[in-house]
Amino acid sequence: MTRRLPRALVHLVGAIFVCLHLPVAVLVLYSFNASRYAAGWSGVTLEWYRRLLDRPDILRALRLSLEVASLSTILATLLGTLVALGLARGRFRGRSVTEGGLYLPIVTPEIIVGVAMLILFAALRVPLGVGTIVVAHVAFNIPFVAVVVLARLRGMDRSLEEAALVLGADEATAFRRVTLPLLAPGVLAGALLAFTLSLDDFVITFFVSGPGSTTLPVLVYSMVRRGIEPTINAVSAVLVFVTTLTIVAAERLAARRA
Amino acid sequence: MAGARRRLLSWFARRPAAGAWALLGPGLAWLTLFFAVPLAVLFGYSLMHRGTYGGVAPGFTLEHYRRFLDPLYLVVAGRTLWIALATTALCLLLGYPVAYAIARAGRWRNALLLLVVLPFWTSFLVRTYAMIVLLRDSGVINAVLLGLGLTSAPLDLLYTPGAVLAGLVYGYLPFMILPIYASLERLDLALLDAAEALGARAPARFWRVTLPLSLPGVAAGSLLVFIPALGAFLTPDLLGGAKTMMLGNLVQNQFGAARDWPFGAAISFALMGVVFVALLVWLRVRDAGEAA
Repeated sequence: MTRRLPRALVHLVGAIFVCLHLPVAVLVLYSFNASRYAAGWSGVTLEWYRRLLDRPDILRALRLSLEVASLSTILATLLGTLVALGLARGRFRGRSVTEGGLYLPIVTPEIIVGVAMLILFAALRVPLGVGTIVVAHVAFNIPFVAVVVLARLRGMDRSLEEAALVLGADEATAFRRVTLPLLAPGVLAGALLAFTLSLDDFVITFFVSGPGSTTLPVLVYSMVRRGIEPTINAVSAVLVFVTTLTIVAAERLAARRA
Repeated sequence: MAGARRRLLSWFARRPAAGAWALLGPGLAWLTLFFAVPLAVLFGYSLMHRGTYGGVAPGFTLEHYRRFLDPLYLVVAGRTLWIALATTALCLLLGYPVAYAIARAGRWRNALLLLVVLPFWTSFLVRTYAMIVLLRDSGVINAVLLGLGLTSAPLDLLYTPGAVLAGLVYGYLPFMILPIYASLERLDLALLDAAEALGARAPARFWRVTLPLSLPGVAAGSLLVFIPALGAFLTPDLLGGAKTMMLGNLVQNQFGAARDWPFGAAISFALMGVVFVALLVWLRVRDAGEAA
């Protein structure tokens, strides 16, 4: 395509890109600001990060967030991948309805999912805690994993599997040696999505977490509600670093496999 | 053991439907138990009496849906609707040029796409908090304006409808850009060459070829922005203050301080109703696009 873009359009798009990234960039920058008051700049410091280490509640919340994200990612990836395989390979009545229904949790506003889970747990008298958070995270992650893996399955060349079968592999071997390796990048992408969605989720977790089970986003929220202080910039920056690190690690992993 | 496995596999091989349901079973059971059932319970609660100390009391009533029609709450519903529509319109206005530029960016395409996806991986809470850092009285924008002498006193930027709108547009813009980009990228450029050969100038080529062919992307993007904006809770909570309450905040109030679960459930289902209308509109547009 050789059509040149109008100069005005290039400027407009450039400005939009700046707006899209400026807020978080400023936030990370100010997490190194020595001044207590956000607007003034009075030199670089690591003071706010050092203070995080004196806050057992923040460290505990970070650990809980990572544990919940890991556990819910494993479960959701397993269940979601199976759902995708069933939908892609199965021929049964109600297939398209089932697939359409998979999008319902994705399009339902989070606040409704959150309160619905809250009343279910209340009705069953299940105490809110780590368990209820994991259950909720697995539930909202299954459709995302399934959709990502399904897209990969639909784009796959089935003739490779058929070749394996023709060459004498039984169904199980063909699946293990041909389908699964081809599917792996899709499963990894789904798992990555699930991990970051779980790590970052605030709204649903807010409703299904108990007093003793505060994840990092829930803690950051209550800190913001209590008042703005430089420590929040540092925690937020940590959250940004952790997700960025996850993406980079996954990219590396995917690159090594390919 | 191996024989049993083979027998099991061949049993499934003869019954593909049973095999599919065995794969779907665990995931669907989880979603039924922890998504469908909770929604059904929520709906049931919206039709029951309010309990004395939170929770519900037995009995059927429509009073919670009637109460929602009180002007007090209709104002909140109206505000929610216009903020969600304005967010969608602004995202479309800003997102379309970006998607168009990326689709025509040649070797820069992947780098620019990464720049669009990156905010998506960043916590929504952190990004909303970042808006506070920019917008508050002693925030960065006011500091710059004061420093340049453009204003003598800090402007009230935070806790306004404008702040909520800015926060939502900032939060959901990538959802608009990506589907539009996907449909522009698939566009057959030979059609544009044909239009040019037939004498269409650039504006006509855009309005009569490019734009109509990218409508499925526009529809998908609008849906992906409109629905979360409609159910927004965090953004109005942190950036809006009491005067910019949206339906999401009203729901949270009923399950928090107000302890009126049935009313909160009724508001949730009113919200769900609007979501379904939006979905139906999207399906219409999509099917019309496929038929054309």
